[in-house]
Amino acid sequence: MPIFSLKENWSGKIIQLMNLFYLIAFLSIFFSLLVIFSKNPVYSVLYLIITFFTLTIHYILLNAQFLAIVNFIVYMGAIMVLFLFVLMLLNLNEDSEPMKSNLIKIAGVVAGLCLLVTLIGSFRALADSDPVILKKPEIGLVKNLGKVLFNEFLLPFEVSSVLLLSAMVGAVLLAKKEPKKI
Amino acid sequence: MESITNSIQGVPLNHYILFSAILFSIGVMGVLIRRNAIVIFMSVELMLNAVNLLLTAFSVHHGDSSGQVFVFFVMALAAAEVAVGLAIIVMIYRNTHSIDINVLNRLKW
Repeated sequence: MPIFSLKENWSGKIIQLMNLFYLIAFLSIFFSLLVIFSKNPVYSVLYLIITFFTLTIHYILLNAQFLAIVNFIVYMGAIMVLFLFVLMLLNLNEDSEPMKSNLIKIAGVVAGLCLLVTLIGSFRALADSDPVILKKPEIGLVKNLGKVLFNEFLLPFEVSSVLLLSAMVGAVLLAKKEPKKI
Repeated sequence: MESITNSIQGVPLNHYILFSAILFSIGVMGVLIRRNAIVIFMSVELMLNAVNLLLTAFSVHHGDSSGQVFVFFVMALAAAEVAVGLAIIVMIYRNTHSIDINVLNRLKW
């Protein structure tokens, strides 16, 4: 009898946590809609940070711990700070926000929904999906990803460092004030 | 940690595809309806993240870690892209005193 109740408790927990995926998915969609519909660009950046946080929770649910940490540090930490910094540097707010006319807005929303319907329609033609099963739960851990990264993907890893260096040089060169022409 | 990873055992893969498709479409919508260049840029980031999540879900589903390495490279690329793109936006603002993309129609025709 205790075993049975334990089992029931376990499955109940699974259902409860399965709902966690849908809750987090709903939150991501809700905040990403707020990103594109809020008038003030600073609010857009803040909502985008919350969206990325919910995506980090998705990565944790998939047991991709390395990606969760990288998403947390790189996206929420570095990229969003960069966005916020540029927004505040340019002193943008609601008054200076250019808005499209309503007709173009409605056309854009309709076009986006058409894309969504097309995508969903094409995905429905696929076979019935299996539930996501963690076949090897350890593949997302830092240890295993590091081994893969430094064995099979060593060359792309090094090339990406050159890419980051060139991007840094390009950003400095672009943002520098042009010297006065003689 | 075990109880957390148990949680997605019952979620079908189709729901991940659906969720990523919705996020991607929201990003496309954001590109289409906004005129602020920075918000358009943020919508592009949203699209990149939707694809990242789907790659991770497939990688976990197939038990192959290559997908997660690809996501890592996409993130590195996105960081480089953001740095250069924001520098371009700052330069545009310095020259035109606006980041309205409708001002930037000199390359049209």
